Amino acid sequence: MQWFSIFLAGFLFSTGLIISGMINPQKVLNFLDVFGAWDPSLAFVMFAAIFVNAIGLRLILRRKSPLFSAKFSIPTRTDINARLIIGAAGFGIGWGIVGFCPGPAVAAVGIAPAKTLIFIAAMLVGMYTAKFWTQHTSN
Amino acid sequence: MNYFPALLGGSMIGLAAIIVMATNGRIMGVSGIIAHFLPPPAQDWSWRLLFLAGVFLAPLTYWLVIGEPPLIIINANTPLLLSAGFIVGFGTVLGSGCTSGHGVCGLARISPRSVVATVTFMLTAILTVYILRHVLRG
Repeated sequence: MQWFSIFLAGFLFSTGLIISGMINPQKVLNFLDVFGAWDPSLAFVMFAAIFVNAIGLRLILRRKSPLFSAKFSIPTRTDINARLIIGAAGFGIGWGIVGFCPGPAVAAVGIAPAKTLIFIAAMLVGMYTAKFWTQHTSN
Repeated sequence: MNYFPALLGGSMIGLAAIIVMATNGRIMGVSGIIAHFLPPPAQDWSWRLLFLAGVFLAPLTYWLVIGEPPLIIINANTPLLLSAGFIVGFGTVLGSGCTSGHGVCGLARISPRSVVATVTFMLTAILTVYILRHVLRG
Protein backbone atom coordinates (compact mmCIF):
# COMPACT_ATOMS: atom_id res chain seq x y z
CA MET A 1 0.00 0.00 0.00
CA GLN A 2 2.89 2.35 0.81
CA TRP A 3 4.53 1.65 -2.52
CA PHE A 4 1.30 1.95 -4.44
CA SER A 5 0.50 5.32 -2.85
CA ILE A 6 3.91 6.74 -3.80
CA PHE A 7 3.60 5.45 -7.35
CA LEU A 8 0.12 7.00 -7.49
CA ALA A 9 1.53 10.34 -6.25
CA GLY A 10 4.12 10.36 -9.05
CA PHE A 11 1.45 9.41 -11.58
CA LEU A 12 -0.90 12.14 -10.32
CA PHE A 13 1.88 14.76 -10.28
CA SER A 14 2.76 13.92 -13.88
CA THR A 15 -0.89 13.90 -14.99
CA GLY A 16 -1.18 17.37 -13.46
CA LEU A 17 1.82 18.47 -15.55
CA ILE A 18 0.12 17.10 -18.70
CA ILE A 19 -3.33 18.62 -18.06
CA SER A 20 -1.92 22.03 -17.12
CA GLY A 21 0.49 22.01 -20.07
CA MET A 22 3.51 22.44 -17.83
CA ILE A 23 5.05 19.34 -19.43
CA ASN A 24 5.51 21.44 -22.60
CA PRO A 25 8.69 23.60 -22.54
CA GLN A 26 7.28 25.95 -25.18
CA LYS A 27 4.30 26.75 -22.93
CA VAL A 28 6.60 27.23 -19.94
CA LEU A 29 8.73 29.70 -21.92
CA ASN A 30 5.58 31.57 -22.96
CA PHE A 31 4.66 31.79 -19.26
CA LEU A 32 8.10 33.20 -18.45
CA ASP A 33 7.88 35.65 -21.38
CA VAL A 34 6.28 38.35 -19.24
CA PHE A 35 7.40 41.13 -21.58
CA GLY A 36 6.28 39.36 -24.76
CA ALA A 37 3.45 36.98 -25.69
CA TRP A 38 2.77 36.25 -22.03
CA ASP A 39 0.72 33.12 -21.25
CA PRO A 40 -0.22 33.61 -17.57
CA SER A 41 -2.01 30.27 -17.18
CA LEU A 42 0.88 28.51 -15.42
CA ALA A 43 0.62 31.03 -12.58
CA PHE A 44 -2.73 29.40 -11.86
CA VAL A 45 -1.06 25.98 -11.83
CA MET A 46 1.34 27.16 -9.13
CA PHE A 47 -1.43 28.91 -7.23
CA ALA A 48 -3.72 25.86 -7.23
CA ALA A 49 -0.88 23.48 -6.32
CA ILE A 50 0.29 25.64 -3.41
CA PHE A 51 -3.27 26.30 -2.16
CA VAL A 52 -4.31 22.61 -2.21
CA ASN A 53 -1.00 21.54 -0.66
CA ALA A 54 -1.19 24.19 2.09
CA ILE A 55 -4.66 23.05 3.16
CA GLY A 56 -3.70 19.38 3.01
CA LEU A 57 -0.53 19.99 5.04
CA ARG A 58 -2.52 21.60 7.86
CA LEU A 59 -4.71 18.51 8.11
CA ILE A 60 -1.87 15.97 7.80
CA LEU A 61 0.42 17.59 10.36
CA ARG A 62 -2.22 17.19 13.05
CA ARG A 63 -1.19 13.55 13.09
CA LYS A 64 1.89 12.47 15.02
CA SER A 65 3.43 10.57 12.11
CA PRO A 66 2.84 9.74 8.45
CA LEU A 67 0.99 6.53 7.57
CA PHE A 68 3.98 4.39 6.57
CA SER A 69 6.95 6.09 8.19
CA ALA A 70 8.13 6.85 11.73
CA LYS A 71 8.17 10.64 11.41
CA PHE A 72 7.66 13.63 9.16
CA SER A 73 10.91 14.74 7.49
CA ILE A 74 10.40 18.46 7.02
CA PRO A 75 13.32 20.85 6.45
CA THR A 76 13.98 23.02 9.47
CA ARG A 77 16.67 25.32 8.09
CA THR A 78 15.82 29.01 7.91
CA ASP A 79 19.22 30.52 7.01
CA ILE A 80 19.37 32.44 3.75
CA ASN A 81 22.88 31.86 2.42
CA ALA A 82 24.79 32.44 -0.81
CA ARG A 83 24.42 28.84 -1.91
CA LEU A 84 20.64 29.07 -1.80
CA ILE A 85 20.51 32.25 -3.83
CA ILE A 86 23.25 31.35 -6.34
CA GLY A 87 21.76 27.88 -6.79
CA ALA A 88 18.23 29.21 -7.32
CA ALA A 89 19.51 31.92 -9.69
CA GLY A 90 21.37 29.31 -11.76
CA PHE A 91 18.37 27.01 -11.84
CA GLY A 92 16.19 29.88 -13.09
CA ILE A 93 18.62 30.65 -15.93
CA GLY A 94 18.61 27.02 -17.09
CA TRP A 95 14.82 26.86 -16.75
CA GLY A 96 14.52 29.99 -18.89
CA ILE A 97 16.84 28.64 -21.62
CA VAL A 98 14.97 25.40 -22.38
CA GLY A 99 11.73 25.54 -20.37
CA PHE A 100 12.42 22.31 -18.49
CA CYS A 101 12.63 21.94 -14.73
CA PRO A 102 13.42 18.48 -13.30
CA GLY A 103 9.82 17.16 -12.91
CA PRO A 104 8.57 17.92 -16.42
CA ALA A 105 11.86 16.60 -17.88
CA VAL A 106 11.27 13.18 -16.29
CA ALA A 107 7.64 13.27 -17.45
CA ALA A 108 8.58 14.22 -21.03
CA VAL A 109 11.37 11.69 -21.50
CA GLY A 110 9.08 8.88 -22.69
CA ILE A 111 7.31 11.14 -25.20
CA ALA A 112 10.17 13.22 -26.60
CA PRO A 113 13.26 11.16 -25.68
CA ALA A 114 15.83 12.55 -28.12
CA LYS A 115 16.11 16.10 -26.77
CA THR A 116 14.90 15.33 -23.24
CA LEU A 117 17.60 12.69 -22.67
CA ILE A 118 20.31 15.20 -23.62
CA PHE A 119 18.89 17.64 -21.06
CA ILE A 120 18.60 14.97 -18.35
CA ALA A 121 22.11 13.64 -18.95
CA ALA A 122 23.55 17.14 -18.56
CA MET A 123 21.31 17.70 -15.51
CA LEU A 124 22.68 14.58 -13.81
CA VAL A 125 26.25 15.74 -14.48
CA GLY A 126 25.37 19.15 -13.00
CA MET A 127 23.78 17.55 -9.94
CA TYR A 128 26.76 15.29 -9.39
CA THR A 129 29.17 18.20 -9.78
CA ALA A 130 27.28 20.25 -7.18
CA LYS A 131 27.03 17.29 -4.81
CA PHE A 132 30.75 16.56 -5.13
CA TRP A 133 31.69 20.22 -4.80
CA THR A 134 29.52 20.93 -1.75
CA GLN A 135 30.88 17.84 0.01
CA HIS A 136 34.45 18.97 -0.47
CA THR A 137 34.05 22.60 0.48
CA SER A 138 32.57 24.22 3.53
CA ASN A 139 29.83 26.81 3.29
CA MET B 1 -8.67 32.16 -21.81
CA ASN B 2 -9.66 28.89 -20.17
CA TYR B 3 -8.02 28.50 -16.78
CA PHE B 4 -9.75 25.26 -15.88
CA PRO B 5 -6.91 22.95 -17.07
CA ALA B 6 -4.38 25.05 -15.15
CA LEU B 7 -6.41 24.93 -11.93
CA LEU B 8 -7.20 21.22 -12.30
CA GLY B 9 -3.61 20.28 -13.17
CA GLY B 10 -2.25 22.42 -10.34
CA SER B 11 -4.67 20.84 -7.86
CA MET B 12 -3.47 17.38 -8.91
CA ILE B 13 0.14 18.47 -8.32
CA GLY B 14 -0.85 19.76 -4.87
CA LEU B 15 -2.68 16.53 -4.09
CA ALA B 16 0.38 14.51 -5.12
CA ALA B 17 2.50 16.50 -2.64
CA ILE B 18 -0.10 15.79 0.08
CA ILE B 19 0.05 12.04 -0.63
CA VAL B 20 3.87 11.98 -0.41
CA MET B 21 3.77 13.82 2.93
CA ALA B 22 0.83 11.81 4.35
CA THR B 23 2.30 8.42 3.47
CA ASN B 24 6.08 8.82 3.69
CA GLY B 25 6.38 12.12 5.53
CA ARG B 26 8.54 13.58 2.79
CA ILE B 27 8.67 16.78 0.76
CA MET B 28 7.81 16.15 -2.90
CA GLY B 29 10.92 17.77 -4.38
CA VAL B 30 11.77 16.23 -7.72
CA SER B 31 15.36 17.55 -7.97
CA GLY B 32 16.16 16.15 -4.52
CA ILE B 33 14.54 12.83 -5.42
CA ILE B 34 16.67 12.54 -8.58
CA ALA B 35 19.92 13.74 -6.98
CA HIS B 36 19.50 11.11 -4.27
CA PHE B 37 20.43 8.40 -6.80
CA LEU B 38 23.81 9.95 -7.59
CA PRO B 39 26.92 8.98 -5.59
CA PRO B 40 27.70 8.80 -2.72
CA PRO B 41 25.42 5.79 -2.23
CA ALA B 42 22.41 6.51 -0.03
CA GLN B 43 19.67 4.39 1.47
CA ASP B 44 15.93 4.73 1.23
CA TRP B 45 15.74 4.98 -2.55
CA SER B 46 12.80 2.64 -3.22
CA TRP B 47 10.03 5.22 -2.68
CA ARG B 48 11.93 7.69 -4.84
CA LEU B 49 12.24 5.17 -7.67
CA LEU B 50 8.50 4.40 -7.49
CA PHE B 51 7.63 8.10 -7.55
CA LEU B 52 9.79 8.67 -10.63
CA ALA B 53 8.25 5.56 -12.27
CA GLY B 54 4.82 7.14 -11.82
CA VAL B 55 6.04 10.44 -13.29
CA PHE B 56 7.59 8.64 -16.28
CA LEU B 57 4.62 6.36 -16.97
CA ALA B 58 1.74 8.85 -16.74
CA PRO B 59 2.40 10.56 -20.12
CA LEU B 60 2.78 7.18 -21.86
CA THR B 61 -0.49 6.03 -20.26
CA TYR B 62 -2.13 9.27 -21.38
CA TRP B 63 -0.90 8.58 -24.92
CA LEU B 64 -2.33 5.04 -24.78
CA VAL B 65 -5.71 6.15 -23.43
CA ILE B 66 -6.25 9.40 -25.36
CA GLY B 67 -4.70 8.19 -28.59
CA GLU B 68 -2.26 11.07 -29.00
CA PRO B 69 0.75 12.12 -26.94
CA PRO B 70 0.75 15.23 -24.73
CA LEU B 71 2.02 18.26 -26.65
CA ILE B 72 5.75 18.73 -26.02
CA ILE B 73 7.62 21.28 -28.12
CA ILE B 74 11.34 21.73 -27.42
CA ASN B 75 12.93 24.41 -29.58
CA ALA B 76 16.38 24.42 -27.94
CA ASN B 77 19.32 22.90 -29.84
CA THR B 78 21.87 20.49 -28.39
CA PRO B 79 24.35 23.08 -26.99
CA LEU B 80 21.47 24.89 -25.25
CA LEU B 81 20.04 21.61 -23.92
CA LEU B 82 23.45 20.65 -22.53
CA SER B 83 24.21 23.98 -20.89
CA ALA B 84 20.68 24.44 -19.51
CA GLY B 85 20.59 20.87 -18.21
CA PHE B 86 23.90 21.32 -16.45
CA ILE B 87 22.98 24.54 -14.64
CA VAL B 88 19.50 23.23 -13.76
CA GLY B 89 21.18 20.20 -12.16
CA PHE B 90 23.95 22.20 -10.49
CA GLY B 91 21.59 24.97 -9.35
CA THR B 92 18.90 22.73 -7.89
CA VAL B 93 21.40 20.75 -5.81
CA LEU B 94 23.27 23.88 -4.67
CA GLY B 95 19.99 25.68 -3.91
CA SER B 96 18.34 22.57 -2.38
CA GLY B 97 15.27 22.50 -4.60
CA CYS B 98 13.37 23.34 -7.74
CA THR B 99 9.83 24.27 -8.80
CA SER B 100 8.26 21.39 -6.86
CA GLY B 101 10.33 21.38 -3.66
CA HIS B 102 10.72 25.15 -3.19
CA GLY B 103 7.82 26.37 -5.33
CA VAL B 104 4.94 24.02 -4.51
CA CYS B 105 5.98 22.52 -1.16
CA GLY B 106 8.09 25.33 0.31
CA LEU B 107 5.61 28.10 -0.41
CA ALA B 108 2.77 25.99 1.03
CA ARG B 109 4.79 25.84 4.27
CA ILE B 110 5.77 29.52 3.94
CA SER B 111 9.42 28.51 4.38
CA PRO B 112 11.63 31.63 4.23
CA ARG B 113 14.34 29.79 2.28
CA SER B 114 11.81 28.57 -0.28
CA VAL B 115 10.25 32.02 -0.66
CA VAL B 116 13.69 33.52 -1.37
CA ALA B 117 14.61 30.66 -3.73
CA THR B 118 11.31 30.82 -5.65
CA VAL B 119 11.44 34.60 -6.09
CA THR B 120 15.08 34.29 -7.22
CA PHE B 121 14.55 31.54 -9.82
CA MET B 122 11.38 33.17 -11.16
CA LEU B 123 13.24 36.45 -11.66
CA THR B 124 16.30 34.90 -13.34
CA ALA B 125 14.07 32.70 -15.54
CA ILE B 126 11.99 35.70 -16.68
CA LEU B 127 15.17 37.70 -17.28
CA THR B 128 16.72 34.83 -19.28
CA VAL B 129 13.65 34.49 -21.51
CA TYR B 130 13.59 38.27 -21.98
CA ILE B 131 17.24 38.33 -23.07
CA LEU B 132 16.94 35.28 -25.36
CA ARG B 133 13.66 36.31 -27.01
CA HIS B 134 13.78 40.10 -27.05
CA VAL B 135 17.38 41.27 -26.76
CA LEU B 136 19.41 38.68 -28.68
CA ARG B 137 16.76 37.94 -31.31
CA GLY B 138 15.65 41.54 -31.58
